[in-house]
Amino acid sequence: MSNNSLIKDPYQLLDDYIDSLPYKKENLILILHHAQGLFGYLPDKVQWHIAQKLDIPSAKVYGVVSFYSFFTMKPRGQHVANVCMGTACFVRGSEKLQQEIESQLGIKTGQTTEDHLFSLDSVRCIGACGLAPVITVDGKVHGRLENTEDIKQVFAKYRSEATPDAQSEISSVEPIQDVKHAT
Amino acid sequence: MKLNDTAALNALKTESLTLLENRRIANPLTTMDAQGKPRHIMVCGGTGCHASDSPEIAKLLKEELDRRGLSDQVEVLQTGCFGFCEKGPILEIHPDNTLYVDVSTSDVADIVEEHFVQGKQLERLLYIDPNTEQRFAADLPFYHNQLRIALRNCSYIAPENIREYIAADGYQALAKVLFTMTPDSVIEEIKKSGLRGRGGGGFPTGVKWELTRQGEAKQRYIICNADEGDPGAFMDRSILEGDPHSVLEAMLIAGSAIGSTHGFIYIRAEYPLAIHRLEIAITQAREYGLLGKKILGSDFCFDVEIKYGAGAFVCGEETALIHSIEGARGEPSVKPPFPAQEGLWGKPTCVNNVETFANITSIILRGADWFSNIGTEKSKGTKVFALAGKVNNVGLVEIPMGTTLRQIIFDIGGGIKHHKTFKAAQTGGPSGGCIPTKYLDTPIDYESLISIGSMMGSGGLIVMDDSDCMVNIAKFFLEFTVDESCGRCTACRVGTKRLHEILTKITEGKGTLDDLDSLEKLSKIIKDTSLCGLGQSAPNPILSTLEYFRDEYLAHIVDKSCPAGVCKSLLRYKITDKCKGCTLCTKHCPANCISGSVKEPHVIDEERCLKCGACMEKCRFGAIIRH
Repeated sequence: MSNNSLIKDPYQLLDDYIDSLPYKKENLILILHHAQGLFGYLPDKVQWHIAQKLDIPSAKVYGVVSFYSFFTMKPRGQHVANVCMGTACFVRGSEKLQQEIESQLGIKTGQTTEDHLFSLDSVRCIGACGLAPVITVDGKVHGRLENTEDIKQVFAKYRSEATPDAQSEISSVEPIQDVKHAT
Repeated sequence: MKLNDTAALNALKTESLTLLENRRIANPLTTMDAQGKPRHIMVCGGTGCHASDSPEIAKLLKEELDRRGLSDQVEVLQTGCFGFCEKGPILEIHPDNTLYVDVSTSDVADIVEEHFVQGKQLERLLYIDPNTEQRFAADLPFYHNQLRIALRNCSYIAPENIREYIAADGYQALAKVLFTMTPDSVIEEIKKSGLRGRGGGGFPTGVKWELTRQGEAKQRYIICNADEGDPGAFMDRSILEGDPHSVLEAMLIAGSAIGSTHGFIYIRAEYPLAIHRLEIAITQAREYGLLGKKILGSDFCFDVEIKYGAGAFVCGEETALIHSIEGARGEPSVKPPFPAQEGLWGKPTCVNNVETFANITSIILRGADWFSNIGTEKSKGTKVFALAGKVNNVGLVEIPMGTTLRQIIFDIGGGIKHHKTFKAAQTGGPSGGCIPTKYLDTPIDYESLISIGSMMGSGGLIVMDDSDCMVNIAKFFLEFTVDESCGRCTACRVGTKRLHEILTKITEGKGTLDDLDSLEKLSKIIKDTSLCGLGQSAPNPILSTLEYFRDEYLAHIVDKSCPAGVCKSLLRYKITDKCKGCTLCTKHCPANCISGSVKEPHVIDEERCLKCGACMEKCRFGAIIRH
């Protein structure tokens, strides 16, 4: 989340963005990418907002969001770690790596740590096969992670850089329970 | 600067040639003073090297050269992928014919001091062949049997500068097509070249163009499929990162031949660097009048738009991809109508893969005959493979069709890592199969791979050694298809899940011989009744491993053992009488399940054993065995 989005209402920013597009309905996926960038995730309320703005059924928006693995409907941690599950990483031990990270962070793949610092996911091949096995944290690749110590160091680095209010920053996103669907 | 005609393009080319001048020659290394022109350090900027800090290396090199007062004599440039990812970050110095591998930020000062000030090669950063221990400064064995057509400019030019591309004959093919050829003759040339789709299917590209051109339509679309989903394949990304203009130029050529004014590049959102380079390329091409209205002063208008994927493997299938561009769920639809008849927004649409496009300009400039002389009878030209897994030289290799797996894995790839034994090569990603040792000498082309139960796919080539369990590999691929099945066809949605369950059962030692029959029967049904390529090819990893590695399945089912020592549930650790009673293993066992007195043989309590293998790793006497 950029500081900008905290100052200005993210819904307003999203509307401005949609208004700037020459085509709207056709660009649903692009709009969802943008919305996820603004909100960090795509709760029902955001999906509903987009559906109304584009004048399409919210079921269609939900259909698209739930189809593509890039979109998430759950809030994510401050840092998103992805274990590469491409074949090259797999034969060089990504399964073990995933288990090790799960045990170090105390969460399963698909979950977020209690302090909202890390979310763990898996990704299909980022093409850094020469460095296998690899993970990405916020898009940055960390390769050749073959022992426990190296993995610890990666996460320790992010932990030491973490802002103390990681928790509060996340909870500032619109709560999901506000959603009321039109009947 | 807008290029209004061919003369302007040629003038710019002549002017830009100086940029590449010293890259075409290879001089012996001398000291700075003997050099007239600035030397170039080409720092690999592909994703792999990028991840290992190559931008930082480039930055430090610039600073160090500046500090030593050499910045006007040496230029630092970021290129696309060199292909030799195993040894990244890589940098090459022109015209000194020197390639440094495994470079790190701490080597920068030494490179500048030794190479540029003292004028001698920095020995410790040269490549050493793991088999012969010979040092190489240039002409590495990795590149010997390769023929680079699609990758010709990757690592040779700086992709963020359109003038370097123009100097390397860039946009000459477009000029030739616009001013000296008719749409029919372009299509005829591509047909004659024998170029086939590099995304996996192998459909003749020229025929696809012809079909899209046929029939009345107000608009036609060109789509570049850069939704590279096969886990372990990264050639499309590397081409877009290293030579984005070659893809744009080919799309323009396709547009003019087919009669289209609008192109889309559908790219994975997971490829930020490729997207960035592509955006730069598009902006530059527009500035030079190579995209937009009245290109090079002709009547031809064409523009390109980038569309982002959102992480769905099935979107590599052309009808699914089209639905995704339209902003919908990326589910495939029934063919016919083919996209060439009714594609994007109901208009005739030509979908080609990145690597296919990367071959086009060379075919136009050098002729169909040149291209069709390379390769085998039915598969012409070259294919890029992403060589990965248990092989010494992981990287991108481009080889003429007809090269054997043995040449790729052992000559180019440098053999199996840690001198282990080759077991299988997996091609075609989740749609392909595992190829055993007996087929190592099969010349590779579209047909031969299918005949041995695999397929070309987009060109992933994963090498496996004797520590890989083939049942587990099949399970891995099925897990992938279960995840990625879009859910439209019941056979694929439910069937792949059942296949995965059976494989899981087998790897846990609960399989029966009947399960093997069920696997085969279900696989056939899924192949026959799925709509798109994903479902039709999903059972291939099972069928090929069942055919070539049936004994491994039997070992799991009958002997309840995993010969490769991978499937945890089937592993047993045992302490033999070699044990000296040093107690080291008891200290490292996380489950505290090893007992015994000092100086007496110890025992593992199998009930509580986690099968982590820590004891075996730590034992100094080799007394612990896995069976």
